[in-house]
Amino acid sequence: MSYPIKRLLVFPLVMLGVSIFVFVAIRLVPGDAITAMLGTESGLLTPKQREALTAYFGLDQNWFVQFWRWFAGVLQGDLGISTTYGKPVMTVILEHFPLTLELAVLSMLIALAIGIPAGIYAATHKDRPSDLIVRVVAMVGQSTPSFVVGLLLVYLLSVGFGVLPEMGTFVPITEDPIANLAQMILPAITLGTAFAAAVIRMSRSAMLDILQEDYVRTARSKGIPRRRVIWRHALPNALIPVVTLSGVEFGYLLGGAVLVEQIFALPGLGRTVLDAILQRDYALVQGAVLFIAFNFMVVNLLVDLAYAALDPRIRFETK
Amino acid sequence: MTALFKDVLRHPSGRIGLTLLIVFLLAGFLGKAGITPYDPLMQDRIARLQGPSSAHWFGTDLFGRDVLSRLMVGIGQSFVISFFSVGIASLLGSVLGLTAAWFSGLWDGAVMRFMDVLLAFPAILLALLIITIFGPGTWTSVLAIAIVYTPIFTRVTRGPALSLRRRDFVDAARTFGTSRSYIMTRHLALNLVAPLTVQITLALAWALVTEAGLSFLGLGTQPPNASLGLMLSDARNLMELAPWLLWVPAIALMLAVLSFNLLGDALRDILDPKTRRRLA
Repeated sequence: MSYPIKRLLVFPLVMLGVSIFVFVAIRLVPGDAITAMLGTESGLLTPKQREALTAYFGLDQNWFVQFWRWFAGVLQGDLGISTTYGKPVMTVILEHFPLTLELAVLSMLIALAIGIPAGIYAATHKDRPSDLIVRVVAMVGQSTPSFVVGLLLVYLLSVGFGVLPEMGTFVPITEDPIANLAQMILPAITLGTAFAAAVIRMSRSAMLDILQEDYVRTARSKGIPRRRVIWRHALPNALIPVVTLSGVEFGYLLGGAVLVEQIFALPGLGRTVLDAILQRDYALVQGAVLFIAFNFMVVNLLVDLAYAALDPRIRFETK
Repeated sequence: MTALFKDVLRHPSGRIGLTLLIVFLLAGFLGKAGITPYDPLMQDRIARLQGPSSAHWFGTDLFGRDVLSRLMVGIGQSFVISFFSVGIASLLGSVLGLTAAWFSGLWDGAVMRFMDVLLAFPAILLALLIITIFGPGTWTSVLAIAIVYTPIFTRVTRGPALSLRRRDFVDAARTFGTSRSYIMTRHLALNLVAPLTVQITLALAWALVTEAGLSFLGLGTQPPNASLGLMLSDARNLMELAPWLLWVPAIALMLAVLSFNLLGDALRDILDPKTRRRLA
C-alpha cells in the first residue's frame, strides 16, 4: 500500500481518538455547563428549569449516550449547539476561522519573504561577517517567544510613535481590507518573526548542503555563472525542506495562536477555544478541537505529498 | 562525559550557551533557596514603580517589590517546571518509543496512534485543557507540559530504535541469550543517548516558553508568587510608565531560551557523526 493511502486510512482512526480524548477531557473539568453558561443568574433557576436545560443540551444522559449522540451528529456534519453563543458550533467556528486563516497566511508570507532570501544570502556568504549577523539574528528570533515579540512591538509602537495598535472591533477583510490589514499586520509580524527565523536557519543549512553536491560542482566547472548555479540549480532543491517546515508551521498556526490573539485582542480560533474551555462549553470545545486536528492532519498530509512531488528521488516505501 | 564537556566548550555556540545557562541556573538556585537581595514578596509602598537604581538594580514593581528578587525566584520556578516536565516527558516518551519499536505490532500501533492524537492538538490548548481539569499550580504545569512533549520523545526514540533493532549486534546479543530488558536498556537505550540529548536540550527551551505562556494567561504560577510569564502579564498595563517591568522578564526569558537553543545546536554538531568530522 502506498504511503499516502496508508496515511489516509489512519486518518479516521486518529480523528476518532481525538474525539474521544477531548470528549472525556472536557467532561473532567470541574463545574457544570449550565452554571458556567448562565453565570450568577444560574442561582435563580428552579430545579425544574435546571433539569429542563440539562435535558435540552442532552447532559442528563450518561457519557456513552452523550458521546454517541454527538458523534452521530458529527458524522452528519452537525457539531452541536454552543452553550455560550447559543448558535450551532459550526457557525461559531466558521465565524472565527477566517481570522486565524488570514493570520496564518500573512505570517507565512512574511516568514518566507524574509527567511528565504536571508537564508540563501547567509549560505552563499558562509563564515563572513554578514553570515554571522544573519545567524545571530535568526537564533535570537527563534529564541524569543511570540507573545514576547508581540508585547515588545506594542511597547515600541506606543512609546516610539505614540500609537496603539487598533484593537477595536475586528473588521473582516471582506468589509474593509485596509482597516483589516491595519489590525492584522502587527500580530502577523509577531507570529512571522519566529517563523522567519526558522525559515532562515533551514534554508541556510539546506543551501549549504546542496552547494557541496557533485552536480553543483559539475555545473560550476562547465562554466555556468555562480549566480545562475545558485538560483537555477541549487535553490529549487534547497527549498524542499523549507516547504516541509513551512507546511508544518502553517498547520500549527491554523490551530490558532492563543497568546498572540490575547495580546492583540483578536477573536481568532485560539481564544475561542480558550474561552470555551473556561466556560465549559462542551460542544464548542469538542467541535473546535476536532476542526483544528482535522486541518492539522490535512496540512501534514499535503506536506508529505508535496515532499514526494518536489523531490523525484523520494518515493515512499511501499510495503 | 568530560570529553563531551570539552567539545561543548570548544564549540562557539556551546560556550556561549553553557555560560548563559550557568548564570541562569545560579540565579534560579539562589532565588529558590531564598537568597535574594530583597524579600520577593515584600511590598514597599514608598518605593513603588522605581526605575533601575543602585538599591534596586532592575527597579521595583507596582507594589514596590524588588524586580531582581522576583526575577530570580521566577527563573528558579520556570527552570524547576521545565526540568521536571522534560524529565518526565523524555523518560515516558523514550520508554514508549523503545517498547513500540521492540514489540511492534499491536502495541506499536496503539502507542503511535495515541501519540498522533496528542500531536494533533495545538500544544498550548492541550496544556490548557489539562490545567483546567486539575486546577492551576506548579505540578499541574509540570504534568501538562510533560504530556504535551511526550509524543516528540516517543517519535525521536522509535525511529532509531527500529533500525537499531535489526542491527547485527542486537542479533548477536540475542543469540547469546541476553534478556530482552537488558538488550533494551543497554544496547538500544545507550545508542539513543545522542539523539535524546539534543532533543532534551531543545525541549527544555520549549518548556520554558510554554510555562511562561501558561503563566501569562493566568493558568500557571499564581500570584503573589513570581514567574516570568506572570511578570510579563503584569507589565502589560504599565509598560509606558515602567518599561523595565517589561524589558527585564522579556530579556531574561529570551536569554534563557537562547541558552538552551545554543547548547542544543552545539550538541547536535558534536554528537552527529556527519558534522563531527567537519568540526575536527
